[in-house]
Amino acid sequence: MATRVTVDPVTRIEGHLRVDVEVDGGKVTKAWASGQMWRGIETILTGRDPRDAWIFAQRICGVCTTVHAITSVRAVENALQLEIPKNAQYIRNMIMTAHAIHDHVVHFYHLSALDWVDVVSALEADPHKTAALAESLSDWPQNSYATMKQAQDRLRAFVGSGQLGIFANGYWGHPAMKLSPEVNLLAATHYLQALEVQRYANQIVSILGGKNPHIQNLAVGGVANPINLDSQSTLTLERLMQVKDMIDKLGVFIKSAYLTDVSAIGAFYADWTTIGAGITSYLSVPDIPLDETGQNFAMPGGYIADGDLANYKPIKTFGDEFFREGVKEAAKHSWYANDAVLHPFDGETVPKYTDFQDDGKYSWIKSPTFYGKPAQVGPLANVLCGVAAGHEATKRYLGQVINNVNALAGIELPLSGLHSTIGRHAARAIRAAVLHEELERQWHLLMENIGRGDTATYVRPEFPKGEVRGFGFHEAPRGVLSHWVVIDNGVIKNYQAVVPTTWNAAPRNQDDAIGPYEASLMDNPVADPERPLEVLRTVHSFDPCLACAVHVFDTDQQQVVRVKAL
Amino acid sequence: MQVLVLGLGNILLSDEGIGVRVVEWLSQRFQFGPEVELMDGGTAGMELLVPMAGCDLVVIVDAVRTGRPAGTVVVLRDEEVPHFFRTKLSPHQVHLAEVLATLDITGETPDEVVVVGIEPLSLATGLELSAPVAARLEELAHHVLSELARHDLAPQPLTHRPRSLLLEAGAFAV
Repeated sequence: MATRVTVDPVTRIEGHLRVDVEVDGGKVTKAWASGQMWRGIETILTGRDPRDAWIFAQRICGVCTTVHAITSVRAVENALQLEIPKNAQYIRNMIMTAHAIHDHVVHFYHLSALDWVDVVSALEADPHKTAALAESLSDWPQNSYATMKQAQDRLRAFVGSGQLGIFANGYWGHPAMKLSPEVNLLAATHYLQALEVQRYANQIVSILGGKNPHIQNLAVGGVANPINLDSQSTLTLERLMQVKDMIDKLGVFIKSAYLTDVSAIGAFYADWTTIGAGITSYLSVPDIPLDETGQNFAMPGGYIADGDLANYKPIKTFGDEFFREGVKEAAKHSWYANDAVLHPFDGETVPKYTDFQDDGKYSWIKSPTFYGKPAQVGPLANVLCGVAAGHEATKRYLGQVINNVNALAGIELPLSGLHSTIGRHAARAIRAAVLHEELERQWHLLMENIGRGDTATYVRPEFPKGEVRGFGFHEAPRGVLSHWVVIDNGVIKNYQAVVPTTWNAAPRNQDDAIGPYEASLMDNPVADPERPLEVLRTVHSFDPCLACAVHVFDTDQQQVVRVKAL
Repeated sequence: MQVLVLGLGNILLSDEGIGVRVVEWLSQRFQFGPEVELMDGGTAGMELLVPMAGCDLVVIVDAVRTGRPAGTVVVLRDEEVPHFFRTKLSPHQVHLAEVLATLDITGETPDEVVVVGIEPLSLATGLELSAPVAARLEELAHHVLSELARHDLAPQPLTHRPRSLLLEAGAFAV
């Protein structure tokens, strides 16, 4: 007899995702992922000036404001075939990498580590043993006995006060929790330290973007950061040195704590390297442009069909034809009026709500496909494409993580172990380390270019008469993000955003093929249907952000609470 | 004294954006002292940690759902705030609950948290506020001002409203 489990909402912070699974014999046998809110952003952009689109687009999402802003200006710049000054690319690249590092650190420590780490168990740990373990794993300076003891005391006070607060939703004592008290304390200590460290990444975005959330420095044609190393009102040497200081502080934590922690969790939960693969066709796009037109990129991207790295096909430039022609969106199982498979340039956003129909329409999310097939996007896609493309830094950090896991678990983890729930976490940490190297390099590139006397940051866009089309892509923290714009006489005629969580949380497509979340849940163990921790582990491993794929329209009946009314 | 006035909400979803609109309204009309920061927080989450950390007073303006008629103004203080957020009323509740709980852990909980909220009528896609909410915008702003006045931090009215630089320079006939 199968049991139906509905988890709603799934996300710890963002948005509103509902996941339904049928469990039979302790395993998931059927799965549905459903976006529970309607996204209408596209309709708001029609008829507007394309130079303003990014200001609106960055409000699509509460966390990834920056990525929508950047992708939007790229789409318009692509339509106009604009050449963007190098300084503008470097500044944008630093904002993007800092933002992505922030996302990855916060996701691992604050949004998903508690799926694996039992904070209550950490209270039982011997801080001496934890410190010894931590010091054997890395040279992170904040792994001492005193630090561990202090963290444990803070947790004890917090739990003891009866206000579990942030930890109140945890599955403490669940049979699927397998770490020793010492490892739990180690992870919980780094959880607290990461709260401090994530601020540095945010400050980089704030300094360069002028404001965070919602950066203010973008423009179609470049950035609005005048560079004058001596003037207080512009990007000065002092501010750039401040950015460098933040970059250095971030680097120590990523390399000495994040990479080793993800390795430790991977080693202790090595069984999860065989669970949660799902769709193993991967899509990523190249990013961190190094020239004015997006012909050369620091990080590669492309398409891997059916998990075979030998099948890797690169996406090479902004405006790449292979990417442009491959992306379509199906709506057969989504609450939209037109069931046809449409290219984003021709995309429609006309709602048609039914109700949750297992075999019919059941989601506000459309179902994107790449050449007719679902594709998984995100750091794992990015890392696998990096390996397939021979990207040196990606291979180096991947090697480091696999060596750590093998040493700790006493196993030989094959590369195929990455096609898994834990693999998505490992890939995110590897990508954070690669991004950090790139952030540092972009800082140097900017300084060198300014040193050569180039202070240009902007070119003026000119809109032609008649219709032009363009698209921008970005390898965002959650994967491939693309914005598609049709401009007619300088006014937006159609605008579509195909966001990472749409790819991953897609419902069944035109051929009734299940999407990446759904596929990854198949055969997941579920020890206790009342507490479906394993389902959350797999869904969280994608870093879901439904506030982005859809938006905050809560159709639930809200609980009425007595409050003081004036 | 460190004070943050935080407007929350999604300006793309009509009344959802009321918090941001109130902060815009205030910043266009008043000059605030160095202790007071006005912030358009949009729908941000963890980004709010830094600006909120260790504040003496945080005044949050947001749309809230209490099941009361649209346009009802609701003011919540201190212990009412975390409770309020835990019971899922505002679309941003989870963001703020997380941020406030996180600040508890880091020992940087603001001394005083006040939510100035209003019951929305419409959360449909659109940049305009609905009539009953728009009619209360100034009232919400004055709630914020009275919280500041309680701490002797009332701002100075601006003698003229900032307009576009081009207008100021006389580039266009007005």
